Amino acid sequence: MREKPEPLQVIKERRDGALLRLVETVPYIQFMGISFERRGDELTALMAYSDMLIGNPAVPAIHGGATAAFLETAAIIELAWADIWAKIEMEKLSGADIAALPFPTLPKTIDFTTDYLSVGHPRDVYARARINRSGRRYASVHVEAWQDNRTKLVAQATGHFLMPTKDG
Amino acid sequence: MSVSPKEIAKHFATALPHCKELNMRMDLLEESHAIMSMPYDERLIGDPSTGVIHGGAVSALMDSCGGASVFMHPDNGGASVTLDLRIDYMRPAKPGLRVNAESHCFHVTRNVAFVRVVTWAESKDEPVATATGAFSFTHKRKGRAA
Repeated sequence: MREKPEPLQVIKERRDGALLRLVETVPYIQFMGISFERRGDELTALMAYSDMLIGNPAVPAIHGGATAAFLETAAIIELAWADIWAKIEMEKLSGADIAALPFPTLPKTIDFTTDYLSVGHPRDVYARARINRSGRRYASVHVEAWQDNRTKLVAQATGHFLMPTKDG
Repeated sequence: MSVSPKEIAKHFATALPHCKELNMRMDLLEESHAIMSMPYDERLIGDPSTGVIHGGAVSALMDSCGGASVFMHPDNGGASVTLDLRIDYMRPAKPGLRVNAESHCFHVTRNVAFVRVVTWAESKDEPVATATGAFSFTHKRKGRAA
């Protein structure tokens, strides 16, 4: 007999719980006002505008360092999320199971190159990351960030990351 | 008499809101050369298991310091924006220590300035990160060949 599908509530609790735990445990992500929206396994990062993100008050424009930080965060969370997704979906973990897991070791940035394409206006910024290569040890990720118009990028970035070893 | 670039750049760490939020400090300003630093801050922790600050905070320091060195180039005639910044991470910044960045603007053309930045915490011989970047540049003397 075919297995009965899990109730939607259980699936959502598992996925949203795992994502929230990943994001809310890192102080810097909170400090920068970064959050993540999830559609299935797809993530969109959001950096909510605040005045402290401004670099040049004369323009005014978001600080290039803040933009780079946002893109790097989006890349790291995408990598960690891909790993967590595989685990929680395969083992069908409950919200309580996830809360009891040790906090995952995050990938470490080897290098990160940010390409600034247009001025970051004083508004929210969005980003999506794409894992181009994910091996046992190294991963390569590309990230795109935009504001009002998805096709008009504020910045794009490519980074290489050292993946945490499975045995700790 | 107009205000010298150094007088303006001195205030970058406090006049730019994101730099101020990270409590950055301008430590040195010379021709095409700047040193900036930032104290350890628990709000900037990127890895909760070790207390190491997030690479993003280091990016903000290196970008700011790079920009300051461009501003201090003797031929600079305006404001610059970052075009490209590549950061290589060598080792984590030891938790609790101040992070320092030193930038040299080693070449400019009519429209572009190139920088190299080194960041360290414990010792300058053991860099936390290095970066190379390109900034937009407005040359003082118009019509200079690139």
